[in-house]
Amino acid sequence: MKKNNYTFVLTGVRCASCVAKIESTLQKISGVLDAKMNFLDHTVTVSADDKLSANIFIKALEQLGYGATLIDGIEQNEAKKKSLEQQYYNNLIAKTFVAAIVGVPLFIIGVIDVMPSLQTEQGYWINLVFGLATLGVLIYSGGHFFVGGWKALKAHNANMDTLIAIGTGIAWLYSMVAILFTHLLPDMAQHVYFEAAAIIIALVNLGAVLELRARRHTSEAIQRLMKLQPKTARVIRNNGEIDIPIESLQIGELIRVRPGEQIPIDGVLTEGSSNVDESMLTGEPLANEKKIGDKVIGGTLNKNGSFIFQTSHVGKETVLAQIIQLVQQAQNSKPALARLADQISAYFVPSVLIIAIVTALIWFNVGIEPKIAYMLVTSMAVLVIACPCALGLAVPISVTVGIGKAAEYGVLIRHADALQQAGQLTTIVLDKTGTITLGRPEVTGVYPVHDQDRNRMLILAASLEVGSEHPLAEAIVTAAKKDGLALLNTTNFHAITGQGVGGTIDGQQIWLGNRYLMEQQRIELGGLKQQADQLAASGQTPIFVAAEKEIIGILSIADPIKPDSKIAIQRLQKMGLKVIMMTGDHQMTAHAIANQVGISDVMAEVLPKDKAEKISELQKKSEKVGMVGDGINDAPALAQAEVGFAIGTGTDVAIESAGITLMRGSLQGVADAIVISQQTIRNMKQNLFGALIYNVMGIPIAAGILFPFTGLLLNPMIAGAAMALSSVTVVTNANRLRFFKPTGINS
Amino acid sequence: MITLLVNTIGIFLVGLIIWWFWIYQSRDDSTKIDNLIEIKVKDGVYQPAHIETEVNHSITLRFIREDPSPCAETVVFSSLNISKQLPLHESVDISLNIKKPGEYEFTCQMGMYRGKLTVK
Repeated sequence: MKKNNYTFVLTGVRCASCVAKIESTLQKISGVLDAKMNFLDHTVTVSADDKLSANIFIKALEQLGYGATLIDGIEQNEAKKKSLEQQYYNNLIAKTFVAAIVGVPLFIIGVIDVMPSLQTEQGYWINLVFGLATLGVLIYSGGHFFVGGWKALKAHNANMDTLIAIGTGIAWLYSMVAILFTHLLPDMAQHVYFEAAAIIIALVNLGAVLELRARRHTSEAIQRLMKLQPKTARVIRNNGEIDIPIESLQIGELIRVRPGEQIPIDGVLTEGSSNVDESMLTGEPLANEKKIGDKVIGGTLNKNGSFIFQTSHVGKETVLAQIIQLVQQAQNSKPALARLADQISAYFVPSVLIIAIVTALIWFNVGIEPKIAYMLVTSMAVLVIACPCALGLAVPISVTVGIGKAAEYGVLIRHADALQQAGQLTTIVLDKTGTITLGRPEVTGVYPVHDQDRNRMLILAASLEVGSEHPLAEAIVTAAKKDGLALLNTTNFHAITGQGVGGTIDGQQIWLGNRYLMEQQRIELGGLKQQADQLAASGQTPIFVAAEKEIIGILSIADPIKPDSKIAIQRLQKMGLKVIMMTGDHQMTAHAIANQVGISDVMAEVLPKDKAEKISELQKKSEKVGMVGDGINDAPALAQAEVGFAIGTGTDVAIESAGITLMRGSLQGVADAIVISQQTIRNMKQNLFGALIYNVMGIPIAAGILFPFTGLLLNPMIAGAAMALSSVTVVTNANRLRFFKPTGINS
Repeated sequence: MITLLVNTIGIFLVGLIIWWFWIYQSRDDSTKIDNLIEIKVKDGVYQPAHIETEVNHSITLRFIREDPSPCAETVVFSSLNISKQLPLHESVDISLNIKKPGEYEFTCQMGMYRGKLTVK
């Protein structure tokens, strides 16, 4: 029988006497092997047949009157991962310590030169003891290099382990030969290198310790997101409220959220209202007002009000789960830059082995005496200075930190390629509706002709539009409702595409629409024509209202510009980007909006199907285009652009056509994304350049290229230290990105 | 005499390295066509490191990481745009159905662990 362990956190456990009851109840369930309760942390661990699901235990515990929450997979995994990591870390420290304890005294003895010659019996025995101690270090502290190197070798593969194992291995072997067969070596070459072997092992292990420490920070962003997931939700069932684990929530359940609580899962608000802080997901600093019908997102924080919402997504479908998945995937993706390093790494280690051999041969053929000692020292230095890890790590580590950082500001980057390209854009094309503007048209003015009643006019317009699906219609109906006006019954409703609508109200034929409709119906506009032109010139859409054949007024409708659109556009322009507005709107309206936000390049009257074509035209002029749009209507254009930015509604994460999704609606997100990308790319290049230069320069120096000119030879121990530091440097440099803050965030 | 011997050994070793790492095509340790293949991530290598499959054949590669070193943390199929985190001592399945014959390398993030999926 296979067994499974479940751990539950219990609520409602008040006394120690509950413990026996809980344990015995669980133990009575058939298939349960053991149940142990920890009263201190209120957890119970059940060991049972793996056919039993956690729900059975939760139900049993609930029947006893306790709330039970399964400590979920993510959390358990995190805890397990941490403890394994800690174990590995401690192990590495112990290995470093042991190697240092042997290596450092040997090094000091070597420096103060108190060792008797190998030719003496005393020297022979002392060195033999040192040799055995070093062998112990190689086995205990360095065993993993030898095992890894050997296994890789068998698989026709070579890695870091290969280099360290060969480097330290030959140092030890040579030293043993020097002790056991002293007479075979010339006098000057009768030397042991145990301290080098032990200290190199200590340093490489120390490097791994430091790297591990530095790496803990690289995945901080994703850990922070994971921690946002609440564990329980207060569900309203059968008129009662119970706390249940998130995992057992179903779609359509009613959840209560009180002030200051985290919203447990995604849903739609059905009762009450509140302000919700969504900054942890969207980067939007201001709390959002939520009322009935609004979406709420799991993991965000309820501020002041109390409300009930109905769950709409559970499990992997929630916004938070999708963000985590997307960020994890993106963090693991590689940009084009990394492929260079990948190609190099396949040839790197064998090449270093060859260089080491060639170095030894050169010293043998043209070097000075003691040749054999120089051969050993230089080839050992070559082997241990080479650091393929720093090279391979250079790009991925920056990607991980950069993409995680972006996610913190509500900028979700789908793939590392998008990250790389976002930093190289030359032109940004902005969709108008919903991107520059709020995408929620509002009635901005009601202008009745002199003898007409304002409210009556709005009632007629709204009554006519109530059955229409046009976005402008919704604005008119909302305006009437806001003024508390009661609508009238409409008959004979008909819509005339591209012009407007008509219908009968109170026996009167009412028309609502643009100038063409009025012309068609032969209705005189008189002085209103000029007023309409003025409205259009200021970016508003004029709509005429007529009763029978008489005009009764104009309504103006506009889609308000987002408060920070202008600042964000200025910021993009200051960054040297060409900003273009693209819209299906009329030229006059489009230019009016563009003027207000400081855009001079406008593409107006572009049909949705032609948007991608326009992007492609720009690309033909060698522009690198970033397209910002809503992700649905603009999908083809987003896909066509080098980088598509889907401007978020705060709930849509999986927008396939976009390389970058902005969780908050502000255009500042575009600038933030570009800045983060540029910084990350710069960081990647620094890392890649550093790692390349390090290897390209370090290896020849280790081989002794400077020796004929300066007499300089690299001590293999220094080579080992340099190698250990190089990967730590790469990780540390990438970690600098964590402190990065795009300037627009505070504004 | 010694000069010749040392140089010959050196050149032989260089040749051996080139042959062993770049020219030799391993056959013995490759796992033949199967639906589920377990790959151990241990001691610096993938075991097995060479896998063969056929075009349009569904195959699941089950990675089990036993190496705590952070190097082994991720497996990347660069040309397939696949990259997965490998939690320690857990199995992670990657299901593939490749339409184009060829050689698809999989490596760790640093390119030190290396394996190859050959699609025929």
